[in-house]
Formats: sequence, C-alpha cells, structure tokens
Amino acid sequence: MIKKGIRIEGLRKRYGKGDTAVDALKNVNMEVAPGEVVGLIGPSGSGKTTLLKCLGAVIEPTAGRMILGDETIYDDKWLVRDLRALRRDKIGFIFQAPYLIPFLDVTDNVALLPMLAGQRNGESRQRAMELLTALDVQHRAQAMPSQLSGGEQQRVAIARGLVNRPPVILADEPTAPLDTERALAVIRILNDMAKRYETAIIVVTHDEKIIPTFKRIYHIRDGVTYEEAGEGREFG
Amino acid sequence: MISLAGRDIMHGWGKFVFTGMGLGLLIGVTLSMAGIYRGMVDDAKVLMDNSSADLWVVQQDTLGPYAEPSSIFEDTWRGIAAMPGVARTANVTYLTMQVREGDRDVRAMVTGITPGEAGTPGWPPYLVAGRQITRSHYEAVADIASGFKLGDQLQIRRNLYEVVGLTRRMVSSGGDPMIFIPLKDAQEAQFLKDNDAIRQQRRRTAESPAFNRPGMPDLLDAVTASQSTNAYVNAVLVQLAPGTQPEEVAEMIRRWKRLTVYTRDQMGEILTGKLIATSSRQIFMFLVILSIVSTAIVAFIIYTLTLGKIREIAVLKLIGTRNRTIASMILQQSIALGTIGFVVGKITATLFMAPIFPKYVLLEPLDSAAGFGIVVFICILSSLIAIRAALRVDPAEAIGG
Ligand SMILES: Nc1ncnc2c1ncn2[C@@H]1O[C@H](COP(=O)(O)OP(=O)(O)OP(=O)(O)O)[C@@H](O)[C@H]1O
Ligand SMILES: [Mg+2]
Repeated sequence: MIKKGIRIEGLRKRYGKGDTAVDALKNVNMEVAPGEVVGLIGPSGSGKTTLLKCLGAVIEPTAGRMILGDETIYDDKWLVRDLRALRRDKIGFIFQAPYLIPFLDVTDNVALLPMLAGQRNGESRQRAMELLTALDVQHRAQAMPSQLSGGEQQRVAIARGLVNRPPVILADEPTAPLDTERALAVIRILNDMAKRYETAIIVVTHDEKIIPTFKRIYHIRDGVTYEEAGEGREFG
Repeated sequence: MISLAGRDIMHGWGKFVFTGMGLGLLIGVTLSMAGIYRGMVDDAKVLMDNSSADLWVVQQDTLGPYAEPSSIFEDTWRGIAAMPGVARTANVTYLTMQVREGDRDVRAMVTGITPGEAGTPGWPPYLVAGRQITRSHYEAVADIASGFKLGDQLQIRRNLYEVVGLTRRMVSSGGDPMIFIPLKDAQEAQFLKDNDAIRQQRRRTAESPAFNRPGMPDLLDAVTASQSTNAYVNAVLVQLAPGTQPEEVAEMIRRWKRLTVYTRDQMGEILTGKLIATSSRQIFMFLVILSIVSTAIVAFIIYTLTLGKIREIAVLKLIGTRNRTIASMILQQSIALGTIGFVVGKITATLFMAPIFPKYVLLEPLDSAAGFGIVVFICILSSLIAIRAALRVDPAEAIGG
C-alpha cells in the first residue's frame, strides 16, 4: 500500500442523462507510485481525456474513488471544497500544445503558479529559475513564448507543471508535436523530475516513439482500464 | 503577484494605444460638447456682467432686451434716475447684424452706449487695446473676437466707424462679438428708415388732409419732425446704490412706470434658462448619444480582446487562478483603455478642438473630473459582458479533446 501517488478505484463517468447518456468511464482502476511515470494508452473515444479531466478536478465523476497523495479527493462525491486550490497545489498539467500565456515572459509563465498560491514574486521567480535550469531553458528565461522553439515551449510548459511540486502530474499527449529525439528527451525529463520531486506522472499518449519507454502501461478500452507491464526501455 | 492586465497591455500596446486614441477622439468630442454648453452659459454670464447693470428696464411684457425685442422711449431713464436707491441709469440699444469691413462681414451685436465714462452701465468695463469712445459719432470699440483691428473702418448701415478700442470676451449670449458705438448712431442704425422710405412718408403725410388743416400751418412740420426722430431705445440699464434691495426698486419701477423690470437673478434665468434652453437640450442629447456610442465601442473592444484570450483564460483557470483575478484583469484593461481614451480626449479637446471651434468652449476642471468618472463608469459597465464570457469559460477546455 503506497502512501503517496495516485490511486483510482472503480471510477465511473457518465455524460448526459437518459437515452443519450454516454458511459465514458465504466471501471477505471489505477495506481501510480511517487516517482513513477506510467503510460495511459487507448483508442480514440476510449475515455483517456475524460479520465484526465476527472483526475484534474475539472469535471465531476459519477462514482468511484480518487486519492491524490494522502488525501481522498473523491468518494462518490467531491471531498475537497476548493477544487481550484486543489488544482493549483496538487496537480501539474502538461498539454499537447504548451499553452503558455503569450503576454508573460518565460520566467513569469512558470512563476505565475507559485504567485497564485500566494508566494512572493522573488521567491516564485527563484523557483521558476531552478526548474528552467533543470530543464535547460534558463538562457531563454527573459524571452516571450512566441520567441521560443516548439521544444523550448514544451520544456517551459513542463517547468510550469512542476513548479508547485505537485504530487501528481497529468500530461496529455505531451510529445505529439515533437520528433523522436525531442519526444524521448521530454520523457527523460519527466522521469528525472518524477524521481527528484517524488511525483506521480500519468502520460496519455498515442505516440509509438515513447510507448516502449514506460515500465508500466494502462490500457483503456471502452472506459475500462487494463494494466500491463511495459518494456521499460532505456531512452536517450 | 504580477499584474496580468498590465502585462497583457504591454504585450499588445500598439493595438491598445490605437484603440485608445480612437476612443479618445470620441471622448474629445464629448468633452468639447460639454465645453460648448459651459461656453454658452458663460457667454450669457459675461453679457450680464459686462453690462454692469443691476436692473434691466424693458418694454412691458417682453423678455427684452436680449431674448426678445423691446423698445421704450429714450427719456424713460429720467424718471428712473430720480427714484430712491438708483445710482446710475443709461440707455442702451442692442442690434445683432452683419458688420462690414472692406470686403468681409462679421456677425456682431452692435451696442449703442450713452456718452459718459468707463463704468457707465452698458460700457465695456475694460479694454485690451486703444481707448474708449470719446466722440459722439462714428467711433467704435470692437471685441477682439470679431477680428477687427484698431483703425479699421467698419460699415454699419450707411455710416463708417473707426475702431478706437478693443475688448476681450464681450459677446452676446449667442457668442457673437460685441461692437460698441455711440447711442445716437445706434438708434439710427436700428430705427432709421432709408431715404426713399422717409421721402415716401413725408409725401403721404403732406398729402393727408388731416395734417393740412386750414389755420394750422405748423402742424405738418411738427408731424414730419416727430416722424423722423428716433426716440426709442431697447432698454434702460440701472445701477443701484450700495445696500439697496434690487427687487424693491424693480417693483417701484414696475408700478410707477408700467414697464417690465428684471433683476440680475431674473435676467440670468432668462439668458441661461430660456435663451439657450433648446441648444442645451440638443447638447445634452448629443452627450447621451456619444456616451452610449462610447459604451458600445469599449464593450465591443474589450469583448473582442477577451474572446481572443479564451484559451489563456481556460489555462489560467485550470492552473488555479481565481475568477476574481480574471475578472479584475478584464476590468483593469477596460479602465486602462478608458484612461488612455480620456487623456487623449482631454488633450484633443484642450489643444485642438477648443481653439479652433467657432464658439467659445469652456473646459471646466470639474467637468473633466466628472467626465473621467463617467468614462470609468462606462468602462466598468462595458467590461461586464466580457467578464461574463470569461467566467463562463470551462477550465476543462484547456485539457482539450
Ligand atoms: N462532454 C461530453 N459529453 C458527452 N459525451 C462526451 C463528452 N466528452 C466526451 N464524450 C464521450 O466520451 C467518450 C470518451 O471521450 P474522450 O474524450 O475521453 O476520449 P479520448 O480517449 O480522449 O479520445 P481521443 O483519443 O480521440 O482524444 C467518447 O465516446 C466521447 O464521445
Ligand atoms: Mg482525448
């Protein structure tokens, strides 16, 4: 029994009501240890995004249980009052597109999260710089997002996902726009960060390039998850 | 915490400043409209002040001499001057007409003033150049707004007048510059018929049997003489002795002379209330319309700017930004836009519109302050739609499909 990380038990999500209802998630069970990166793969329409949205506390599941770190956040109903603060403090998001805020420079794009959590500007920027350095984009710290390459933007987005040291990171197709080399670099970074900050990371992907890197993979089909051992191949 | 609104504005400042400038021109027009209204009220006030009168005595049951025509006998003043509490009286005539100089003409209010010295009711209280009228004919003091200069020869009806002095801000309630000439000349200009008409009248009088009675040879001459005098003025201006109640003296004149008398308060009512009532209603309508247009423009701009940021707003919400922070970002941008607009508008109104506008534009600091308040209010109001749209953004959108 792990104390931190992510645990999902019997999670269900039904969209709509009556005749038009869609059971997007029927029975989802997952367990991700801190420091672990697992893959979540499945065909289109199988419920991957729905699962991320439930875990990310932006939509409400229909039933089941979700535990983040040592806190049960959902047990047939939300147990957390301030979902916004939950997202801010406990969950890091990394998207397929970096979605950086175009009017903030690289440092402030990352520093914004600790600032929103009430940290001082100086401290927030210092933490941002630490992560940017770890991700090797510190030389672009003063640039605006539009001046960065796609790979650099993605690394800044990862820094943003990590900066509040959330126990959980949800990454939705983070490598889709990248070539093999860059995609593997991102996975390496995620693995490093997972270890360094004891973060549990779920990576949703279709990307054949990176699937072999996961030690554990969850398949999802018609809203049901199946666990499977991955190849856990070394990268880079 | 950093200012999201400020960063966003700095990021796209070009767009912001240009929109602000467009809005500023609109606000400039609005401020100028308010200034025109204030200018009209001020025109009316300086007209009263410059006449240095405490009472206006005019034809019975008229709103004269500025708002309606009025004519009274030119010797009426004698009886008034003798009344207790009256310090000084003076006849005056006002006639708004085209005054020619060379090959141009200017609309002006020609004012006939009695001989005397500065301080006499009706006289310009001070000059900016030249001297007061000293001869009893063919001299004029013109307001600088007429464009006339010292030494210019003005043609008023049939006579030429030399400009000997210049005044500033001596205007009619309609904003036309005043031109002062001696009373006798002014009476002629206002009441004198042309030569043909005079000859016609003489012939008719001479042919009338009523005036050719046997045994009364002087009658015709007497009638003819009486017909060709101009024994009328438009009003008598009265200055009161210190400590006198204007209404008491006014009541006395009304009772004994059977004329209509206005005190300063009442004249102010007529000038600002009745004379410019229609104009001020028009201006008020324009102000309302311009405010609505400005609101619509700000609302549209802020709404468009916000729609362009839906994705960022979804991301901000997803990573835990509070609704309050997002709403205040939009609100601040709206107010910033309004502030740019107001500054541009104020500069436009002060430096460009007021000096070239053909009417007096009086920009009161208090009006500007109120204007700024209204601009801010409008900005708050018009950011509401954008804020509503932003608050409806679902953070789940940031996660995508
Ligand atoms: N808001 C919604 N309302 C109703 N049905 C929905 C909604 N969102 C998703 N669904 C349905 O739920 C099922 C799972 O959708 P989901 O987006 O989770 O799939 P996915 O695995 O992310 O697919 P893809 O790989 O194409 O992104 C689909 O059948 C989809 O049509
Ligand atoms: Mg999806």
